[in-house]
Amino acid sequence: MLTAADITTLWLTLRVAAISTVLMLLLGTPIAWWLAHTQSRWKGICNALVALPLVLPPSVLGFYLLILMGPRGPIGQLTTELGLGTLPFTFSGLVVASVLYSIPFVVQPLQTAFAAIGNHPLEAAATLRASPLDSFFSVVMPLARPGFLTATILGFAHTIGEFGVVLMVGGNIPGKTRVVSVQIYNHVEALEYEQAHLLAGGLLVFSFSVLLLMYTILKTSPVAHPFK
Amino acid sequence: MSQPIIAQFQLNYGQFQLEVDLTLPGEGVSVLFGHSGSGKTTLLRCIAGLQRAPSGYLQINGEVWQDTKRNVFIPTYQRSLGYVFQEANLFPHLTVEQNLDYGRKRLANTSTKADLTAILGLLGIEHLLTRMPARLSGGERQRVAIARALALNPAILLMDEPLASLDNKRKQELLPYFVRMHQELKIPILYVTHSQQEVAQLADHLVILNEGKTLAAGPLSEIFSRLDLPLIHERQASTVWEATIVKQELDYHLTYVAFESGTLCVSRIDAAVGTPLRIQIFASDVSIALEQPTASSIQNILPAIIHDFNDDDQGHCVIRLRVGKQLLLAHITRKSKILLGLQIGMAVYVQIKGTSIFI
Repeated sequence: MLTAADITTLWLTLRVAAISTVLMLLLGTPIAWWLAHTQSRWKGICNALVALPLVLPPSVLGFYLLILMGPRGPIGQLTTELGLGTLPFTFSGLVVASVLYSIPFVVQPLQTAFAAIGNHPLEAAATLRASPLDSFFSVVMPLARPGFLTATILGFAHTIGEFGVVLMVGGNIPGKTRVVSVQIYNHVEALEYEQAHLLAGGLLVFSFSVLLLMYTILKTSPVAHPFK
Repeated sequence: MSQPIIAQFQLNYGQFQLEVDLTLPGEGVSVLFGHSGSGKTTLLRCIAGLQRAPSGYLQINGEVWQDTKRNVFIPTYQRSLGYVFQEANLFPHLTVEQNLDYGRKRLANTSTKADLTAILGLLGIEHLLTRMPARLSGGERQRVAIARALALNPAILLMDEPLASLDNKRKQELLPYFVRMHQELKIPILYVTHSQQEVAQLADHLVILNEGKTLAAGPLSEIFSRLDLPLIHERQASTVWEATIVKQELDYHLTYVAFESGTLCVSRIDAAVGTPLRIQIFASDVSIALEQPTASSIQNILPAIIHDFNDDDQGHCVIRLRVGKQLLLAHITRKSKILLGLQIGMAVYVQIKGTSIFI
């Protein structure tokens, strides 16, 4: 059975993933919107930056974050001055790292969805007295629902499964920064294969179910088609 | 009396330049006519504010919507306009009724809302309210889009080739609705098209655009028969007269219509005496005789005076005639013109072989 320590890590993992997903949606939506609509020459660079975590080894990202957020890094000095202390090996630091690591999984589906909607519905909304913000909520959000669904699920699931960045930035502090993937590693190191099986198998089933759910919903979504 | 529309825009996209200075009547249908790339849609989008001309002045119904000199640019969503796109552009996630309500819900002043029941009746879409846009035909979609725009009770209705994406059958199905709108709506309509038939049927005022510039602008009858425009040499060159039904001759399936200076006999029109209509007479259907033909199968023979003419280089000739006060175009060969010895000011007879009638 799951030990108390396992349950603590599970709960912590869910909290990190939930908070990170909300932050990624809040941050990723304007970024995706801008990327889908801009003709700026910076677009290529920004696209590459957002996609970077997809190809970078997590330890590389974690290493630089550790340095940036450490007591001598610019972010670390800023957070110290703001009275927040330094972020590495804290829950907040874990969330920041998770957001940066998983944000391409949120931005890219949203960007694709926004680009597919195009300008026509926005123009129609404008001629019907809807301000740009109004038309975003009343037209773009409902039409981009499949994109938002994909972004939420992929962002959440990817955060649950991260390991490298977490270990570099968060460390292995029980109840504070020790998440499921790290706990599995601990169990394996301690040759507790049965415990490792429970958590690893759980993650496997969880990930598969989430993806299955997503593809089922997307298939039946009435507005998954381009705008007519 | 509604105030005129003043639209002045300069815009330069390198390849394409728009430079117009127009004053259009504040009522009736003004058609912006031109080939693709003439700038007619760009002009309409500038009027709607969907595109921002770097330099311009726009006044609609006494309100200034753009004045670059005073740094005024009212965004589209604050302009009292209705816009009908080439593709109906309905919101696919909303039912027809929700589409119709989308703009109405956002009107600040509820007292300015249009009477929706009348609009539904005008466009014949009462039975479609619960449908999703994906389950409408192309023509139905476009009618809903028009109703959605009219439901705002706008100061002006802008229509960008609303028939262009439909096949011919659907076009013919939709045009009568437009003619009814034309008769029943008080607001000015700006209508973009490249179809001469739509011009003949709908326009009161015509603006011809070419490569971003105004080639001609004025009342339809005047522009349609102007000799200096390339329009008159086209196969579809025609004149349009306003007329009313005066008599039905049921035995022969004929209807008599009176225009300003005479009467014409046409195939039976199923409408009451007194109904106003438009007759379009194609230049290729008009022939000229020096004396009044006494034995002819052609019913419509009218006295006319030769006003002027214009040769192209291919052996064709456009003759402009006056029938009373009305102008009429005739396409004949240059040989006929020389054999008959046609001169400006000559009194002749025109025979009209056929007409198109628009109610």
